[in-house]
Amino acid sequence: MNRNEHRITPELVAEHGLKPDEYDRILRLIGREPSLTELGIFSAMWNEHCSYKSSKVHLRTLPTKSPWVIQGPGENAGVIDIGDGLACVFKMESHNHPSYIEPYQGAATGVGGILRDVFTMGARPIACLNALSFGAPAHPKTRHLVSGVVAGIGGYGNSFGVPTVGGSVRFHQRYDGNCLVNAMAVGIARKDQIFYAAASGVGMPIVYLGSKTGRDGIHGASMASAEFGDDSEGKRPTVQVGDPFSEKLLLEACLEIMQKDCVIAIQDMGAAGLTCSAVEMGAKGDLGVTLDLDKVPCREESMSAYEMMLSESQERMLMVLKPEKEKEAEEIFRKWGLDFAVVGETTPTKRFVVRHGGDVMADLPIKELGDQAPEYKRPFVNAAKPEEIRAESVHAPVGTLEALEKLLEAPDLCSKRWVWEQYDHVILGNTVQRPGGDAAVVRVEGGPKGLALATDVTPRYCEADPVEGGKQAVAECWRNITAVGAKPLAITDNLNFGNPERPEIMGQFVGCVRGIAEACKALDFPVVSGNVSLYNETNGCAILPTPSIGGVGLIDDFKKSATLAFKRTGETILLVGETTGWLGQSLYLREVCGREEGAPPPVDLAEERENGDFVRAVILDGIATAAHDISDGGLLVAIAEMAMASSIGAELSAAPSDIPSHAHWFGEDQARYVITVPAERAEAVLARARAVSVPVWTIGKTGGDALTLAGERPILVTILRKRFESWLPTYMAGEL
Amino acid sequence: MKAAVLVFPGINRERDMARTLRLVSGREPSMVWHADKELPGGTDLVVIPGGFSYGDYLRCGAIAARSPIMDAVRAHATKGGLVLGVCNGFQILCEAGLLPGVLMRNENLRFICRDVYLRVERSDTPFTRGYNAGQVVRVPVAHGEGNYIADGETIAKLEGEGHVLFRYSSPDGMIDPNWNHNGAINAIAGIVNEQGNVLGMMPHPENHVEAAIGPTDGRGLFAGLVEALDRAA
Repeated sequence: MNRNEHRITPELVAEHGLKPDEYDRILRLIGREPSLTELGIFSAMWNEHCSYKSSKVHLRTLPTKSPWVIQGPGENAGVIDIGDGLACVFKMESHNHPSYIEPYQGAATGVGGILRDVFTMGARPIACLNALSFGAPAHPKTRHLVSGVVAGIGGYGNSFGVPTVGGSVRFHQRYDGNCLVNAMAVGIARKDQIFYAAASGVGMPIVYLGSKTGRDGIHGASMASAEFGDDSEGKRPTVQVGDPFSEKLLLEACLEIMQKDCVIAIQDMGAAGLTCSAVEMGAKGDLGVTLDLDKVPCREESMSAYEMMLSESQERMLMVLKPEKEKEAEEIFRKWGLDFAVVGETTPTKRFVVRHGGDVMADLPIKELGDQAPEYKRPFVNAAKPEEIRAESVHAPVGTLEALEKLLEAPDLCSKRWVWEQYDHVILGNTVQRPGGDAAVVRVEGGPKGLALATDVTPRYCEADPVEGGKQAVAECWRNITAVGAKPLAITDNLNFGNPERPEIMGQFVGCVRGIAEACKALDFPVVSGNVSLYNETNGCAILPTPSIGGVGLIDDFKKSATLAFKRTGETILLVGETTGWLGQSLYLREVCGREEGAPPPVDLAEERENGDFVRAVILDGIATAAHDISDGGLLVAIAEMAMASSIGAELSAAPSDIPSHAHWFGEDQARYVITVPAERAEAVLARARAVSVPVWTIGKTGGDALTLAGERPILVTILRKRFESWLPTYMAGEL
Repeated sequence: MKAAVLVFPGINRERDMARTLRLVSGREPSMVWHADKELPGGTDLVVIPGGFSYGDYLRCGAIAARSPIMDAVRAHATKGGLVLGVCNGFQILCEAGLLPGVLMRNENLRFICRDVYLRVERSDTPFTRGYNAGQVVRVPVAHGEGNYIADGETIAKLEGEGHVLFRYSSPDGMIDPNWNHNGAINAIAGIVNEQGNVLGMMPHPENHVEAAIGPTDGRGLFAGLVEALDRAA
């Protein structure tokens, strides 16, 4: 063995992101000093990003099973049964660190990576979503990051040919040094044609497919497992470069050979490239893997074993093929102009052996590299619970309408049209509900079924109270899917936090996971896939805890889905759910009063379920003509959004006497919806709600071209829309 | 109607187009691979769908325009056969010399996906016979490079001879820079060649044909083609 071309010094170990005790563990494991290539392989497999070493013990507490779950976490993506012999395959994943360093390529390859995760399982991608968090608008880097990230997401998805149908965008100074780019992909496969990563059979050919290997993205996964300092710009070479054209070819070629029954196992090369994909295939199948790097198609000359094993060049796949189908598979790949090379084979040894230029460059136990990586129970502390803020104690600095206008043009609430118009959201011809609603609705090819898709999280709630915040993220996603009339089925979670070695950050993580687990259990909304992104902090300042939740729901007939736009004049507006006027952590408190304080609204999961089930039923019965969940900004913002989506105004009754008016209109109590019903059916709906003990009130009627609040001057919907639509384009044009 | 949909590597709206042709004509179109040298026998309509052929590397449509199948398309067009190019298809037709002019980056330099309004300029062509002249239709666009331009002489000729079939307009049919999202000269959204048998257009009528999904204004174009071709047959 051509060992120790480099001496392994403590500095070299540290540069590879391995702690001294982890290095000791390596020495004990292999009984000798590792080669440089081996050290690189360990660093790739044992970093936080690939090994989940700080998070695993907590992730195990999440509910992952239900009768409709076909595959939970642990594979390339989660899989659920949607009937008719079809399965929905989906996952969300972060590309935070690379996107901050190089926003266009970072975001683009984030989309590319998650699409690959989905089609690796045999599914044709049908939709993408994303959840983006940027720094304060006033921060000098923010505009550049928004512009690059949005262009990158569009650049990849548009060219690949999948509609980007929804998502969320937020701004906060705590993301100044670390933006978050969470991309979600959703695909459809035949239930009996799902492909997995576990290899089986000894002596099977391992085939390398797709683009050639270059020197890009080396150490990408390790980079994503460390916090940033002042030198983050210098990490640009660790960012990969995306080629959506190759990925589209790879998709078509993969689906074609899957249909021809050539594939035993398949794994995409994402984080830690060839290393991670080969180890996972072997480890999951209880087999060894031998790779011959001389056979790997390279686009640069004289690449070393170390570089090849750590490259994160994009648009590559590793497959175990049925030997008798090798020729057929190769022909298909050649037709699509893609590389195809047999680079190794499965062995009975449970060793991961890498040969290059006649030498053995690595010979390691595969199980320990893969599923037996270190695992930590990091110490954590729970932050003190903030005090509840009583509505009566919050003075309203401005009138209700002025506050409404201010909220509609707040960066977090304003229209994100500038963003989603850069995404092709109509390609494939199945987009029933486009961006801008509660959840996107996409027809399942052939119909009549539809999928409802949404991403949600309220980081300021998670910061104030991680458990309630975790619950709220799941509950809001469930509500958004419910508000279009779909039955929420499962989620993917993308958990973004700071440095887990700090007990207070670990406390946020543990709390949020607990909240997510509670909500998923109570709402029958299991977690089927996910991703953890830690070390999102710069010079000791961590992001707001941001556990993004991506949810999938099913509606039996997509034509029955509800939208938020008011439909007709003279309809009755109903408020579903209890309003207490909860102003703690509300956008009103932050944007209008300039205070980020208090406990977030508590989430009563039983109430969520009862109210949501009621709303879904009246939608599916064709009684509700419009529906919208109430979240950021509260009741009046929700009503304004329904008016702006339709140009029909509304006349609203006064706030009840026991709640201060501004708390009534802008409080963020959970488990609430606004629906409209034809006036003549309102009584029956109220009676139906009483029968199931769901609190519902009549709060006004639709009509006119303005919002009219009792005791206030009317405000034209066109004026509201102008406020709502103008902030983001004006900001991005550099005029703010 | 016997339609052939060309498939170049990187094209991605071929399924949308095939579904629409099937829905409107009741017949399955043939999917023709770029490396083929001939169109299926009896083809009376060639469709070049949207996407990013060859990743739009080099220049949009430039590589596809030199594919083997394009010789067959040229021969088909020379014989008077109908050719429809949408989005990337329009760019390919320009690069192949089957239509004049070129599509530049959108004026605001960003990709734009939204519904736009098109004013139909003529109804006496096989492509627009399903509409009335002056009618305004709502269809989506999804492109980064749809800003049509040509030299002054070419534009004068296009305009003088009535080769502009679609223009971006306001919902009530007014030509207005605020409703011309990509900055195309004279708000040009779609043109035909001199013989009137080759149409290139940036918007996607094939995405607006099903009432269950949204507006259906795109249907007229395909229904008109079916009528024109079935009458000829």
